[in-house]
Amino acid sequence: MTGETCHLFEVGHRACGGCAAALVARTILDAAGKNTIVVSSTGCMEVFSTPYPETAWNVPWIHSLFENNSAVASGIVASLKKQGRKEKVIAIGGDGATFDIGMLCISGAFERGHDFLYICYDNEAYMNTGIQRSGATPYDASTTTSPAGKCSMGNRRPKKDLPMILAAHGAPYVATASVAYLPDLKKKVEKGLQTEGPCYIQVHAPCCTGWGFEGEKTMNIGKLAIETGLWVNYEMEDGKVTRAKKVVRKPVEAYLKEQRRFRHLFKPSRNEAEIAKIQAIADWNAEKFGIDIKLKK
Amino acid sequence: MMEFMEGSHAVAHAVKYCRPQVIAAYPITPQTHIVEALADMVANCHLDAEYITVESEFSALSACLGASAAGSRVYSATTSQGLALMFEVCFNCAGMRIPVVMSIVNRALGAPLSIWNDQQDSISLRDSGWLQFYAEDNQEATDLHYLAYKVAEDRNILLPAFVCFDGFILSHTYEPVDMLNQDQVDSFLPPYSPVQRLDSEDPMSFGLFASPDYYTEFRYQIDKALKDATKKISLAGKEFGEMFGRDYSEMVEAYRMDDADCALVAMGSICGTVKDAIDEMRKDGKKVGLLKLRTFRPFPEKEVRKALLGVSRVAVLDKNISLGAKGAVALEVKDALYGSMIPVFDYIIALGGRDVRKKDIRSVVDLAEKGKGDLFYGLRQEVLE
Repeated sequence: MTGETCHLFEVGHRACGGCAAALVARTILDAAGKNTIVVSSTGCMEVFSTPYPETAWNVPWIHSLFENNSAVASGIVASLKKQGRKEKVIAIGGDGATFDIGMLCISGAFERGHDFLYICYDNEAYMNTGIQRSGATPYDASTTTSPAGKCSMGNRRPKKDLPMILAAHGAPYVATASVAYLPDLKKKVEKGLQTEGPCYIQVHAPCCTGWGFEGEKTMNIGKLAIETGLWVNYEMEDGKVTRAKKVVRKPVEAYLKEQRRFRHLFKPSRNEAEIAKIQAIADWNAEKFGIDIKLKK
Repeated sequence: MMEFMEGSHAVAHAVKYCRPQVIAAYPITPQTHIVEALADMVANCHLDAEYITVESEFSALSACLGASAAGSRVYSATTSQGLALMFEVCFNCAGMRIPVVMSIVNRALGAPLSIWNDQQDSISLRDSGWLQFYAEDNQEATDLHYLAYKVAEDRNILLPAFVCFDGFILSHTYEPVDMLNQDQVDSFLPPYSPVQRLDSEDPMSFGLFASPDYYTEFRYQIDKALKDATKKISLAGKEFGEMFGRDYSEMVEAYRMDDADCALVAMGSICGTVKDAIDEMRKDGKKVGLLKLRTFRPFPEKEVRKALLGVSRVAVLDKNISLGAKGAVALEVKDALYGSMIPVFDYIIALGGRDVRKKDIRSVVDLAEKGKGDLFYGLRQEVLE
């Protein structure tokens, strides 16, 4: 530890400069308070925060495996219930743990209705192993297992719609958030913890190392995702979208051109067809969630 | 009190008397009767436990890990493919020193698919850091659960434990069992009192990653605790014997071994058949004895060596095969007898539920006398052609 702060997620951890996941962890605990038990899956956050014999967590924290944090969390919830204890339980996982390898455990835990909050820090690829594609990687992003090349434009599939999948499990509260809007994230964590039953928050967490931008631009990149409509911050209560952040939308290239993972869309020459497809994704998001602010002419 | 019970139900009752606070399990043949019986007890308020109906064995053990870390006594049960699916979590429980007790209703592993008994499933987890007990009959199957909790939760051990008993042969068979009552079990097994737990009053981090500077020491400590468990098993087994008349202070059981020329070595229900076969062979003047292993991990190396040093030959009955090598029990027995020049013959037998009769045990002894061993016993002719 290099020092102490007033935060329950302590300084001195080993995240990259500009890491959104570290900010997400700090914000979650600021909102949740000390009466909280955290279950982490294997991934960047787990590794940078707990190299034995150090820990950045000033709340009880447990890591078991990559894919089982929601199963571990359901055991903890049952254990606390049996003992008559009142701590809140938060499971945290990256998008690899959440969208892909942990899907079975998450589906089971949500269907059973355990009272816990699952938070996914979504940096849109397997970052801990060195930037491989996941089910959360966006269309056309270049990763080390979906590299752009002479006959590839990068990742061929759009993001899996996990919030909708978990809402369909009957989750009473599902929300998306962004590291670029921390007060909003904080409110959503509080709401998720106050709501009984399994709740889910998916936080957009730009990764400077994996996406290819300078660490001081993390917040700007997060904002641009929202402002282009490629990420929508919304809330779902009992399966219905109740709130979505409205924006005056910018063209998607404002977001794409800032990141190395989309560089092949602009160099050696601008690929209008592919950029148009990504613009169509943003347009569809805007229509689905009604996020466009109509400016008076 | 003597009761006539199906093995699975006897075990379920023993588990109930251990007062598990959280149970997470997934149905799989031939284990299912245990978790059904426990669910019924919870549904009728005979057992005050949280019962998590998980979606897989992988989540069953993961949930137990979390529940135990949060300070509760936990229970699960599985077999075969279910245990294979738990592989990763098994290593995790031992590494994190989580004292789960889990019944393994031994069954073969596919492919080819088989729901019938052998011991390949638990044997395949021999390196995972769990205690492994093997029951000969339903009496042992129940008693070993009390013993397993007592040893697993010991502050100096803190390791998970398998209580293994043979699928169908024991689990689905009715036998008279001397069931303890709740007061008796309570007097032997105190409530779980965790050394540390997930607790916001005293926050701690569990399951950190270890660099090469630390990893080896963690492994050393697990190995040491597992070896130290030898003494704890002996003490707990002695205490159990003094309280209830069945002494489990020895991790092995010697049957007619005093003047034995040929020693059979086996684990589990096959030991009953072996004992009957030995009685018959003894009448015919053959000096045969049995060394039954009740504990496979920790491996009772000293007891095995001591018991076998006087014999002329050893025949090991392995209901498993470490493919490409030998049966797992034979490998351990050979290691225990290293330097003694006593020949150890291995017989892979009773795989995938193939029945073993007294005459098969006689045949094994004959083969050992002829110096023929290290083979699959009773193979169908066509695979040899």
